[in-house]
Amino acid sequence: MSATGIGAAVRRKEDIRFVTGRGQYTDDIARPGETRAVFVRSPHARARIRQVDVSAAKNMPGVVDVLTGRQLAADKIGNLICGWMIHSKDGSPMKMAPHPALAAETVNFVGDPVAVVIAETVAQARDAAERVKVDYEVLPAVVDPAKARSGPQIHAVAPGNTIYEWALGDSKAVDAAFAAARHVTRLDIINNRLIPNAIEPRAALAEYDAGTDRLTLWNTSQNPHVARLVISAFVGLAPEHKLRVIAPDVGGGFGSKIFIYPEEVVCLWAARKLRRPVKWTAERSESFLADAHGRDHVTHAELALDAHGKILALRVKTIANLGAYMSTFSSSVPTYLYATLMSGQYDIPHIYCEVDAVYTNTVPVDAYRGAGRPEATFVVERLVEVAAREMGIDPAELRERNFIKSFPHQTPVIMTYDAGDYHASLKKAMELADVKGFNKRKRESARRGKLRGLGYSTYIEACGIAPSRAVGSLGCGVGLWESAEVRVNPTGTVEVLTGTHAHGQGHETTFAQLVSERLGIPIENVSVVHGDTDKVQFGMGTYGSRSAAVGMSALVKAIDKVIDKAKKVAAHMLEASEGDIEFKDGKFTVAGTDKSAAWGEVALNAYIAHKFAGQDLEPGLKETAFYDPTNFTFPAGCHICEVEVDAETGKTEIVNWTAVDDFGTVVNPMIVEGQVHGGIAQGVGQALLEGAVYDNNGQLVTGSLMDYTMPRAYDLPSFKVGLTETKSPSNPLGIKGCGEAGAIAAPAAVINAITDAIGSEDVSMPATAATVWAALQRVQPARRAAA
Amino acid sequence: MYDFAFHRPTTVRQAAGLLARNPEAKLLAGGHSLLPVMKQRLASPSALIDLSLVEGLAGVEQKGRSIVIGAMTRHADVANSRVLQEVMPGLAMVPASIGDPQVRNRGTIGGSLANNDPNADYPAAVLGLGATIITNKRRIAADDFFTGLFSTALEEGEIITKVSFPIAKKAAYEKFKHPASGFALVGVFVSKRGSEIRVAVTGAGANGVFRVKSFEDALKKRFAAKSLEGMSIPATGLNSDIHGSAEYRAHLVGVLARRAVAKATA
Repeated sequence: MSATGIGAAVRRKEDIRFVTGRGQYTDDIARPGETRAVFVRSPHARARIRQVDVSAAKNMPGVVDVLTGRQLAADKIGNLICGWMIHSKDGSPMKMAPHPALAAETVNFVGDPVAVVIAETVAQARDAAERVKVDYEVLPAVVDPAKARSGPQIHAVAPGNTIYEWALGDSKAVDAAFAAARHVTRLDIINNRLIPNAIEPRAALAEYDAGTDRLTLWNTSQNPHVARLVISAFVGLAPEHKLRVIAPDVGGGFGSKIFIYPEEVVCLWAARKLRRPVKWTAERSESFLADAHGRDHVTHAELALDAHGKILALRVKTIANLGAYMSTFSSSVPTYLYATLMSGQYDIPHIYCEVDAVYTNTVPVDAYRGAGRPEATFVVERLVEVAAREMGIDPAELRERNFIKSFPHQTPVIMTYDAGDYHASLKKAMELADVKGFNKRKRESARRGKLRGLGYSTYIEACGIAPSRAVGSLGCGVGLWESAEVRVNPTGTVEVLTGTHAHGQGHETTFAQLVSERLGIPIENVSVVHGDTDKVQFGMGTYGSRSAAVGMSALVKAIDKVIDKAKKVAAHMLEASEGDIEFKDGKFTVAGTDKSAAWGEVALNAYIAHKFAGQDLEPGLKETAFYDPTNFTFPAGCHICEVEVDAETGKTEIVNWTAVDDFGTVVNPMIVEGQVHGGIAQGVGQALLEGAVYDNNGQLVTGSLMDYTMPRAYDLPSFKVGLTETKSPSNPLGIKGCGEAGAIAAPAAVINAITDAIGSEDVSMPATAATVWAALQRVQPARRAAA
Repeated sequence: MYDFAFHRPTTVRQAAGLLARNPEAKLLAGGHSLLPVMKQRLASPSALIDLSLVEGLAGVEQKGRSIVIGAMTRHADVANSRVLQEVMPGLAMVPASIGDPQVRNRGTIGGSLANNDPNADYPAAVLGLGATIITNKRRIAADDFFTGLFSTALEEGEIITKVSFPIAKKAAYEKFKHPASGFALVGVFVSKRGSEIRVAVTGAGANGVFRVKSFEDALKKRFAAKSLEGMSIPATGLNSDIHGSAEYRAHLVGVLARRAVAKATA
């Protein structure tokens, strides 16, 4: 391992820029003549728009124009789409309702944009927005996914507000296995709705160049090429070659910046219409109302076991709330990113998972860190833990008995796990967590009046998204390969152009580490370019822990091509045959001789082309590669959470956290550890603190950070983090991905620990002090009666 | 935020004059409650009268058997006051529990009391110690000052200048933080000064801070946590929201009162 190669804890190259305030975020970019957009949003969860009167607003100082949904429709701007087709059990396609970027006829959630005011300043736009008079006919709304079927019908295309009724697995085999089971564990689970809250709010800046008839969009996107494709091919604002999308520095995404949103479409439309650049930056309260939320499942799950605790079958029925419209990838999250992970780390012969997706009068729901996999892990890991308690088997032991032990392993829910060692991560985690000493610690807590509990989560996820053919067969509208270009400059420095996008992950460092190692050049001599459709070849962006597993695999291929070409150049320079050229540590050598050429010399020769005829070897040193993975990757591990519950107040304190993860090859252990920490924090947030609440009228009760609780440093202990390693056989570097693991593993670990502490399974997320106290009140009379 | 005029008087008299001439004006003390609602356009005062340059409004000092705190004293300065730490650390616990360092370095005692947020911490200390609010016009006893949700006995044009706290031998504050905002979901301040026992509760009451007579009576027999064993208050009239039911808050009042007494007697 070199000091800057794969496996080295290289300090993040990008951090100097970020910590000294030199990042360039969308809102930092200013264009000459720029105007500011403020959206007029629906205050009602569901209403018919009778009329929008913009006359007073248009006369306000500084106002350039006020545009409405009717004008958008008149200009034939297309609807936003969901790009993953799901078919119901009966074969019918999902019911995708029209989603205009500005509502013209009806509004369907509080925050649904109705009009946009464009003015010289934000303050002027905001003043004018208050003068836009919208005459609403308020209609009854439905917000609870469990009641969506019987609620008022939101969209004409979706009777019973049902988008699809989908299923995966063999229901008959599952029924038979349950009939033969010795023990059945049943759980009702609500996977709480979450609001992403990336530190940088969403923003868009659109500019039209009449000279070239081109539109440029700077926006907070995790995948600028996909944004360009959707805005071009479906929304129809401009053909792809007339639209440039730039996602500059982006401050966190967690999934919420994957999607194509109304605001960027409206800014592009307005910029061309008004011939002025148009900028919009969300306020935090606007982010609460307009960013796609996450999770929001209502589930009933059952696990069948034999007398020895061997799992026979799993049956799951989930209602997934997709909100008022189908967001870009919303359909895939509760289906192929959820049910396919229901086997967990276990050898489960039969699984049947039904998912009904419904519309409600809430913000659209889509992928949020983990996307489907946290929900699946929560179902499986709660069931296994509860089954162990009910059967009087140690929870770790019950897991051991059911672990998959040989690979490849075909689950009954599509996935073929290619590598893993679940015993190893459990064992290591139990040692690090000192599970043996737990009972002693529990007694010590009891002396202080505290209830101590321990909870496991042996999670699995499918990352490295994804083999294009496989996802295509499941309904995905795009391929999920990745691209890389390696440009070697005449002086030997290197630019890497990647189709992935970094918004906190540190690609400028990790991708450069790979180049530094493979080409034997200093890491300072490598720069990474991403996020600009004019600079970078088409790419699929960053989500689903895919950038290292898929993006760096493409980079490996491109580097290999560059080395091949460079060897040819070196052969000419060294007057040897190409087959005799060896490349090592940045030096080309003729095998068995002391004749050599340095990397920089070969790079220069590739461009000056003095040593070879251009016909048989093209000048230049630049290669592009596209990499399509052969399988998903399967990061897995074991998290152990230990809590102390204050029985008097119900407050939970996490006192120990152990995470042992198998991410395959680790490129930069420092960055990986940071990803694990952040993931756990988000998972703990879901388990203890966060929960979006709508009232029955569809008003968002948790509409600000005064009511929506984000995790803070003091909510978390210091983590004990360890790694095990089985390399992924499905990509050249053996990488599995680490971005979502913590968020996937954590919720089940926390709830398993709390329920262990209080002796009741009746705890919902977020397990706030009030929730746990209420659970204790329900359990204590029962205990007293039993005593 | 809508447009407003901005004034920076240097004396209380000037400030009072400005307030008299601008009936729609608001005093700016720390701004941590006022500015957010202005930014959200929920409040639109015609003018802000910033009190930060007014002389003599900040400081913590002992005067005989009282601690006198200037209205513009920042929470951090009260929390870190050496004299207060010496004579009545229980009172210092209150500003120390407010918000985060940024809030504690801007927010003021006068601003907090004049606003009388039902979840604010200072009202519990003021009522729990039987303090006196001193304004440019008069002295108001704590028991008469808090008149309901965001409402006080302050009249038009009246400016808090100081708060005088009698020094209690035993005093402590116990707070259960609202998980999101950090305000008091429930906060209980207890004190014993001679035979005077006070228990004041913030965060729980639908009408703001209140005293708990039953607890005070129990503590009069013996000022010890044990005296409150098993006691709580009725849930009627308490706040109930997504962060805690009225029953939970009622229960917390008992738990926190016992803990506060234990702290005060430790």
